[in-house]
Amino acid sequence: MLPDPTIYSRRRPGAFDWSTAFIAAVVGIAAGIVYVRDGQAHFLAILGSDLYLFGDMLPKVAAGCLIGTFVTLLLPREMVLRWVGAESGLAGLLIATGAGFILPGGPITIYPIAGALLAVGADAGAAVAFITSWTLLGYTRALVWELPFFGPDFVLWRILVAIPLPILAGIMARLVVRAMLARRGAP
Amino acid sequence: MTLAINLFLWGVLAVLVAVAARRGRVVVQQGVRDGALDFMRLLPRIALGVIGSGYLAEMLPREFIAPWIGPESGVMGVVIATLGGALTPGGPVVGFSIGAAALKGGAGAPQVIAYSTAWALYAIHRLLIWEVPLMPARIVWLRAAVSIPLPFIAAAGAMLLGKP
Repeated sequence: MLPDPTIYSRRRPGAFDWSTAFIAAVVGIAAGIVYVRDGQAHFLAILGSDLYLFGDMLPKVAAGCLIGTFVTLLLPREMVLRWVGAESGLAGLLIATGAGFILPGGPITIYPIAGALLAVGADAGAAVAFITSWTLLGYTRALVWELPFFGPDFVLWRILVAIPLPILAGIMARLVVRAMLARRGAP
Repeated sequence: MTLAINLFLWGVLAVLVAVAARRGRVVVQQGVRDGALDFMRLLPRIALGVIGSGYLAEMLPREFIAPWIGPESGVMGVVIATLGGALTPGGPVVGFSIGAAALKGGAGAPQVIAYSTAWALYAIHRLLIWEVPLMPARIVWLRAAVSIPLPFIAAAGAMLLGKP
């Protein structure tokens, strides 16, 4: 039986939010300082190269958004839930890490899925491993966002050293939860 | 390189759409509509992040980068980079653009890895904006707490394995 579908309903940010406004203000000030300090030619040179980068990113971002929504729609949720429950052990952490790697999408997609996994029986360690893996290893994130800035060598390198981290985070989360439960259960 | 990535991403999407089509037209329509909406919502934020990043990078005090988080800055540089990552505001590209600018301005690779790992894992602003509203708060703080050592482990791994 599928759990209540409202659990998965995606809360979206509105057209305006304070963090975007804050960044817009910072960018505006920085651009103004560059214009005054370095002159119009330098200002336009930076704008040109950033516009090129932006244009280069757009098709990847569009593909990333669409992949994210389709995976969310198609994901066999019951199976995932069976695999990453509290009794799933190290295998559950490995599966959660793999799911974080495969599952594309932005935070709008990933946190509700993690929340839903928790709500229907995934354990805290698996949820932590899942989010950590999505954050550090997710391939669409790396291809769409990170690669244009850092280039392939650096990105591959960064991901390589990050591979053990989701499992480590999951194990530590389980240890913390166990320690807290033990303390609460102590007479 | 960029063409190969585009082909790969759109190829993955084609497979997903084909699977969705077997479930029915409604699934395809909903996927396309939700994806397009996400894209439209992200667009101004990406524009701001990418176009603004050049000016932000230009404002970074490069003469401070090398001594603070340069290749010779060692563990202290990793600590500073991790703190910087936690305090950098979110958005999909701000941390990457600052990290890339720092790398060009003379920062060490392990320090930049620590910076972008910390920014990805526990940028305070992202915890508050995205994670707390969408997840049980208990799990958010548990995840943030167990993530604290991870940028250091990543930087140590990068130092042990050598320069990218």
